[in-house]
Amino acid sequence: MSTSTDRPEPEATTLALSRDGRPVSDRGDTVCVIGAGASGLTAMKNLREQGFGVDCYERETGVGGAWNWRHDRSPVYASTHLISSRPFTQFPDFPMPDSWPDYPHHSQLLAYFERYADHFDLRSHIWFGTEVIRVEPVEGEGWDVTTRSTGGYGPERTSRYAAVVVANGHNWSPKLPSYEGLEEYRGEVMHASSYKDPAQLRGKRVLVVGAGNTGCDIAVEAAQQASQCWHSTRRGYWYAPKYVLGRPADQVNDALLALRVPLRMRQWLYHSTLRLTVGDLTRFGLPKPDHRVYETHPIANSQLVYHVGHGAITPVPDVARFSPYGVQLTDGRQIEPELVVFATGYLPRFDFLDPLVLGDDSGTGRPNLWLNAFAPGHPTLAVVGLLQPDSGLFTLAHWQAVLFARLLQLRRTHPDRAAAFAATVQARAGERYSGPVKDSTRHWFEVGHVEYLRAVQRALDSLEGK
Amino acid sequence: MSKVRIIRGQEWARPVRPVRREVVSAIPEPEQGRPPLLFVPGFGHGAWAFAEHWLSHAVSRGFPAHALSLRGQGGSEAAARTSLRSYVHDVVQAAAGLPRQAVLVGHGAGALVVAHALARYPARAAVLVSPVFGGWGTLGAALRRNPAGTLPAAFGGRLRLSRAQLFSRELPDAEARRYVSALGRASRRAQWQLLSGPELEPPVGDPPVLVLGSPDDRVVPPAALNRVARRYGSAPLLFPGMGHDLMLDARWREPVDALLDWLEKEPVAR
Repeated sequence: MSTSTDRPEPEATTLALSRDGRPVSDRGDTVCVIGAGASGLTAMKNLREQGFGVDCYERETGVGGAWNWRHDRSPVYASTHLISSRPFTQFPDFPMPDSWPDYPHHSQLLAYFERYADHFDLRSHIWFGTEVIRVEPVEGEGWDVTTRSTGGYGPERTSRYAAVVVANGHNWSPKLPSYEGLEEYRGEVMHASSYKDPAQLRGKRVLVVGAGNTGCDIAVEAAQQASQCWHSTRRGYWYAPKYVLGRPADQVNDALLALRVPLRMRQWLYHSTLRLTVGDLTRFGLPKPDHRVYETHPIANSQLVYHVGHGAITPVPDVARFSPYGVQLTDGRQIEPELVVFATGYLPRFDFLDPLVLGDDSGTGRPNLWLNAFAPGHPTLAVVGLLQPDSGLFTLAHWQAVLFARLLQLRRTHPDRAAAFAATVQARAGERYSGPVKDSTRHWFEVGHVEYLRAVQRALDSLEGK
Repeated sequence: MSKVRIIRGQEWARPVRPVRREVVSAIPEPEQGRPPLLFVPGFGHGAWAFAEHWLSHAVSRGFPAHALSLRGQGGSEAAARTSLRSYVHDVVQAAAGLPRQAVLVGHGAGALVVAHALARYPARAAVLVSPVFGGWGTLGAALRRNPAGTLPAAFGGRLRLSRAQLFSRELPDAEARRYVSALGRASRRAQWQLLSGPELEPPVGDPPVLVLGSPDDRVVPPAALNRVARRYGSAPLLFPGMGHDLMLDARWREPVDALLDWLEKEPVAR
C-alpha cells in the first residue's frame, strides 16, 4: 500500500470552473489512468517511460484489479489458474519468474502485479480508494476527470488532464441472463462472480450454466464436491486440453503460427489431434460443436471431459424455464438442482463516459474503436485492455500502452504523424482482428493475438516512420 | 538499429528452459534507495569475477550490487542447447527479480548479452565494460594475440584466454594465475553466435549507456570500442594501461569509481 508522501497534490487554482461551478485543478501534461489492474499498471509504466507524469485512480485499496482476490469486484475463485501459458501472459519486458509453473495460480499473478508496481515505482502515482465518476472532453483535447472516494464519501474533485487511459477492466459487471420463472425459483441462484470456494458446492445438487472457462472450472469443482452436477451449454464446444504433445497447447499452436500455417490447416491439425487424444465427445452426450475451433473463445480445460467420463458431470442443453422447484431444459427434461451457478460472463461498462465518446452511437454497449483502443475524434483517449484474446491479455495491453505513449509523444515532436494516425483511427474504427467468430456479447471484442499484434506492429511502425 | 519487434513467436512457442542461477548479492546497510546494479560476466567468467572487488566497492558507495553467473559458468547450473538467447534470458530473469529497476553492467561478451537484454527489460541504465560485440574482427584479433587458445574455439572447442590478453603486467603473477585457472567455458553455440549472432533490437525505454574500456585491451581493439560507444551515441571512457578484465586488473578501483560517479550524475539512474 502506498505510504509515499511525495505525491504531488493537484493545485486547486485554475482559470476555468467546471460546469457545475467547482474549481478544476489543472494537471498540465499529466495523463490520467483509470484503474490500477494489469492494464492500468502497464499504461502507467509505459507512459512514465516515455516521460509523462501520470495520476492513476483506483477504486480499491490495492493493485491487481480483477486478479486481487481481496477486491469486492474480483471474479477470481480459490482455484483460478491461468488458461494461457506463461510466455503468452507476462508483460514482454518484465517476465514472470521462470521457476513458476506453466499455468500460474491467481495468487501468483497478484504477486506478479505487485512486484511490477514496486519494481517500476508506480504506487506513489496511484490514488487508492478513489473512483472516477465522470470523464468529459474539454476544448483543446484535454479531459476533465471527476473523482470521489469509493462508496460516494467525501467531496467530488475535478482535475484537467492532457490525456486519459481507460483501463477499468471488463470482468467485473456480471451478465445475468433472464429466464421465464427465475423469480419464482426457490433454490439458490448465484453468478459465478460470487463463487469463491468449492465449499459453496459441497453436497448440493448443482446446475452450472455456461461453458466459458469459468463455467468449466466450476463444473469440474462441482464434479468433485457436489452430490450431483449438471452442466448446461448453449452449443457444443471444443474443450482443449492444457497440454498437447507434451507441451502447453498454446505454445504448440504458436509454433504453427510462427510458420504461418494457414487457419484452415491449423484447425484441421487441431481437430485431428483432439480426435486422437480426447476422442469423440458426442459419445458422452456432449453436443457436437457447431463451429470450428478458434471460432469461439478457446476453452482450456483438461479435466472437464475426464469428469464427464466418470459420470460426475451430466452435460445438459440450454435452460428453457424455471419452476419453483425445478428447471426445465430445452429438450424437455426436468431437473431439480438446489443451486444454480450462472457462469454467463461479464459485460464491459464505462459508466463515467458518455457512450458517444467511444463511438457507441446506438447504445448497445459496444464501443466503436480502432485496435479496440482508439476512439475516432478523440486523439488523447485510449482504452487499454478491452480485448478478449486467444492468449494472455497483459502482453497485448502492454503494446496498446506503448503505442498510446508513443502517440502522445509524437503529438509534440511530429504532429504530422500523429495526424495521420488520427485519420487512420477515423477510417478504420471497428476493425476486427480474428477469424470468423460466433457473435455474442463475449465475442465482439475477441481477437487473435498474432493478428492483433501484427496490426499494432504496423501502427507502431507507421507512427515511427519506419 | 532495427525496429521494435512485437511478434515474438519463437520466444512464445519455445521458452528458454529454466536453470538454477547463481546470484551473489551485497546490499548496503542501511538501504539508501539507490538503484541496484546487476553485473553480468563475460564468457568464461562467473559471478566470482565481480565478487572479487567491484561488489564490495559498489556497496561501500551505497549501491546494492548483484553479480550473476550465466548458465553453465561459475556456480550456475548448465543446460543443453545453451545459446545467446538463454544467456539473455538469465539476465532478464535476474534483473526482473530485483526489487527495483536495475542498472545492467556487462563485461566482455557479457556486454553483448546485456545489449540484447536491454531489448527485453527496461533497465534504468546500462554500462558496457570492455564490450565484445563479436564479428570477424574480434576473431581476427584473438587469433593474432592468442592463436593456440582461440583456434579450437573456432571449431567448437574451448576458448582459452591467456593471461596476457586479460591483465596488465601490474597484476601480481599469483593472482593472475588464480584468475586464469578459474575461467570456465561458454556454450559452443553462443561462441559461434559471437561471429554472426542475432541483430540487436532497440533498448526498451532508451536508457543511458556508458562504455568503459582500455586502449591496451588485447581482446577489444580501440576501433571496436569506439564502434560500440557510437551505437549508443557516446564515446568510450578509457583506462590506459589496463587489460581486458577491468574488474580484476591491478587498478580495478578506477573504472568502478568512474562507473558509480556516472550513475550518480545521470538523472534517470539516481
